[in-house]
Amino acid sequence: MKAHLETFGRYKYLLKNLILKDIKLKYRRSILGILWSVLNPLLMMIVISAVFSNIFRVSVENFPIYYLTGSTLFSMLSETTSNSMMAILDSKSLIKKVYIPKYIFPLEKCMFGFINFLFSMIAVAIIYVIFGYQLHLTVLMFPIPVFYTFVFSVGLGMILSTLSVFFRDIVHLYSVLLTAWTYFTPIVYPYTMLSDKIKKLMHLNPMFYYVTYFRDVLMYNKIPGIKTNLICAGIAFATLIVGLVFFKRKQDKFILYI
Amino acid sequence: MENIIEVKDVEMHFNMSKERIDNLKEYFIKLIKRQLMYEDFTALNKVSVDIKRGEVFGLIGRNGSGKSTLLKTISGILKPTVGQVKVKGSIAPLIELGAGFDLDLTARENIFLNGSVLGFSNKMIAEKFDDIVDFSELHEFLDVPMKNYSSGMVARIGFAVATMVKPDILIVDEILSVGDFLFQQKCEKRINDLMDGGTTVIIVSHALEQIRRLCTRVMWLDKGIVKMVGDTKSVCDAYEKAE
Repeated sequence: MKAHLETFGRYKYLLKNLILKDIKLKYRRSILGILWSVLNPLLMMIVISAVFSNIFRVSVENFPIYYLTGSTLFSMLSETTSNSMMAILDSKSLIKKVYIPKYIFPLEKCMFGFINFLFSMIAVAIIYVIFGYQLHLTVLMFPIPVFYTFVFSVGLGMILSTLSVFFRDIVHLYSVLLTAWTYFTPIVYPYTMLSDKIKKLMHLNPMFYYVTYFRDVLMYNKIPGIKTNLICAGIAFATLIVGLVFFKRKQDKFILYI
Repeated sequence: MENIIEVKDVEMHFNMSKERIDNLKEYFIKLIKRQLMYEDFTALNKVSVDIKRGEVFGLIGRNGSGKSTLLKTISGILKPTVGQVKVKGSIAPLIELGAGFDLDLTARENIFLNGSVLGFSNKMIAEKFDDIVDFSELHEFLDVPMKNYSSGMVARIGFAVATMVKPDILIVDEILSVGDFLFQQKCEKRINDLMDGGTTVIIVSHALEQIRRLCTRVMWLDKGIVKMVGDTKSVCDAYEKAE
């Protein structure tokens, strides 16, 4: 354990530099640059609000903020996991030539996704101000569901990055799964709209718990109980442990397959 | 002198699939019939060697004899199938110069990125930054994206970063053949300086003349088997005779 921490200490600068590199390359040559991280969710929100509250007539109070809270949290999951899925494959030239603890790569992608999420939270704040929504004290608790989602994403990212080394098919499959997952999470529609059968199924979806938690503290002035917290933390840490163990057991074989 | 690297009975096997199976149905049929044929390829076969602190150790052998595989097991990139590798100290691998460069970034940004790939802190790199630039002689190209660099220029930066801090072990794989003549001389001088400072060096090269000039001890690998280990002159002479 101590040795692990020492190596991590040695490579934390690499982690930092890789994140900086990703941020720089993502916005290089765009005029608005990093501003896009805020602008993008805002523009998406306008489009989706127009479609779903006017054309499909989904009846949710404060639809813009309802959508934006759900989608920012879900984007964090989809961005972190699909990027970390490619993390090992994309760094193959490095992995083949230098010894680096391999978990650095998926972890870096997750942290990059987390930073992007923080920028999109600025968009959420802007919408609160523009629409003049009432702020509750429970807003201060928003880091809790974010933390759960992040831990869950890291775990899932570890699993996906390992799988993609051995089965490239997962790369294509996951993008479809992710779309299905987006629609299976109450982002553009309310949970109450669903039939009882689907409501039951919904309880198998980790993102349902995290998005609900996120909205409860941001919008509805509710403090989720112990049971909810246990479920959320349980799913997150179980996934993380499975991911880490799976990754650790397979990592020495990566080099033979990339 | 104490051993800085101990390689003990190392074997490295690779699976080479013998026939190409390109559809899933065939794959499963073969899997069920247990006919999935893999040819076991032994890249290293019972290789053992101890390298002492301060040695300049040369590796020679024909293409595909396992030299690079051995270097990769020593630097921790590959884990041996059988056997053990023990290394005491930090390794600067120059297996391929510029590993970890992102060619969309400028040289300035890449120096920091590459330095941290080797495990250096940003502060440390900042302190050595001027030395690195001086050594590579690329002052006027610092803020140019590296995709516009020539391969020699990339190698210069790579070498300068990897040798900026005195490592315990320096691994050099065929890199002295890059860059122009003057730069090669400069690299050799830097390696000599490091050796004087007590760094252990492992060199792979096909230029025997270079091996003779630099190394204190040489190992000859042939098809993954140690053919000979010993003092530079006798191993190089035997190798030349066999060629």
